Amino acid sequence: MERTILHSDINCCYAAIEHLHHPELAGKPLAVGGDPESRHGIVLTADYIAKKYGVKTGMALWQAKQVCPDITFISPRMDLYLRFSRMAHEVYSEYTDLQEPYGIDECWLDVTASSSIKGDGYTIAEEISNRMKSELGITVSIGVSFNKIYAKLGSDYKKPDAITTMYKDEFREKAWKLPASDLLYVGRSTSRKLSKLGIKTIGDLAKTDESILVNHLGKMGSVLWAFANGYDESPVRVENTHAPIKSVGNSTTTPRDLENDEDVKIVLYILAESVSARLRENGFRCRVVEISVRDNELFSFTRQKKLDHATNITGEIAAYAYQIFKANYDWRKPIRSVGVRGADLVTDNYWEQIDMFSSVELREKQMKVDVVVDDIRRRFGFYSIQRGLMYRDKALSAVNAREDHVVHPHGYFNQ
Amino acid sequence: MESNKVYVDVTAEFSKEGVLTPKSFRWTDGSVYEIQRIKDIRRAASLKAGGAGMRYTCIVDGRESYLYYEDNNMWFMERAGA
Repeated sequence: MERTILHSDINCCYAAIEHLHHPELAGKPLAVGGDPESRHGIVLTADYIAKKYGVKTGMALWQAKQVCPDITFISPRMDLYLRFSRMAHEVYSEYTDLQEPYGIDECWLDVTASSSIKGDGYTIAEEISNRMKSELGITVSIGVSFNKIYAKLGSDYKKPDAITTMYKDEFREKAWKLPASDLLYVGRSTSRKLSKLGIKTIGDLAKTDESILVNHLGKMGSVLWAFANGYDESPVRVENTHAPIKSVGNSTTTPRDLENDEDVKIVLYILAESVSARLRENGFRCRVVEISVRDNELFSFTRQKKLDHATNITGEIAAYAYQIFKANYDWRKPIRSVGVRGADLVTDNYWEQIDMFSSVELREKQMKVDVVVDDIRRRFGFYSIQRGLMYRDKALSAVNAREDHVVHPHGYFNQ
Repeated sequence: MESNKVYVDVTAEFSKEGVLTPKSFRWTDGSVYEIQRIKDIRRAASLKAGGAGMRYTCIVDGRESYLYYEDNNMWFMERAGA
């Protein structure tokens, strides 16, 4: 039986939610990003008005201001967006339990089984779209198709607030004239390789001999060829199988430049405290610790380390971060900003082999200490309990660790 | 500009069936208004006030007004005449 797959994409998700919460800004350009007060940071999402002026995701705030002087910047409120994402999933869940989130604002739905009660794919899409408007106050673009790849192409086809069908008898006509780079997994580099072969559109890709693509692109050549021809059979995965986020990180630009190991250590510990607290809060542990360092000439680098044991213990994350730092910095210049990130997340019930050389007992004690510290801070405030290290430099230890979630979608293949 | 979103204190009742029903709310001027009847409960966005949540259509002194329960557990109303 042919499947009915929807791909629903919340239009300018962060910007739309902020517009809803700022009725006074209706009709005015808005972008979510950075910290407008201190004027650093980049645009995460721009609304359609700002996009018309040429504001793009990833632009520095000052650049956006240049092309669009009337723009209003709003600092991201991740918890709010996650709440809306959850509400959207509640709406979706009334149509199917087969929903697979792709990042915070996109989702695939397999509504094959609902079509006998709720109507065909287009009818369901219409209903979802109307409900999103009335219940959440935001608009979505939905693609209706027979597989995930073309459903996604459908939702990208027309924005905002649109429904596009990509059924089996029409996808060749509708989608094959689109540039190949619109296809999932055709990025900049693949796109360049394809255009060297004279492949400009998805149709060109579909009609190219598979073996030629494999010769030039390896295994991916074959995958993309199948995508273009509509042979993707991958199932929509059942909801709640993985966390919507890929890593948890905090970074900060320090009030003064850091000049020695101890300065860095203080800041790394603060960041590690916040990162590990957020990991614990969400029931995650990380298997990779990453630091980023930027010196006062704005040269920056990141280094990471794979851990032997998944952890959310503050002391461990901080110690790893400091260890990576020591191994990678030679103090040629003072440091302006540092960041700590826990990546390769697993959930709390992830199990692993213990080894002879690390004490399980000690780690369990450290975990208990962290839980107690979290609890004290929850009840009496963050500064009610501090590490002794923080008293070495009060100005530095007061830095505000800013959240920067990475909510990129997980890869399409390795979920 | 004064915001059209007004957070209010609400006294509510939980029934043993698990239904949450607001009984009265305290407006910004301190006066408490009884809710006589609730006509409708549905999830809805408020474009006027800016927000979304469970919307209770309440009858207060014979007049209809909306009371929203946001999923951060706060209640808000739209300022009249907005």
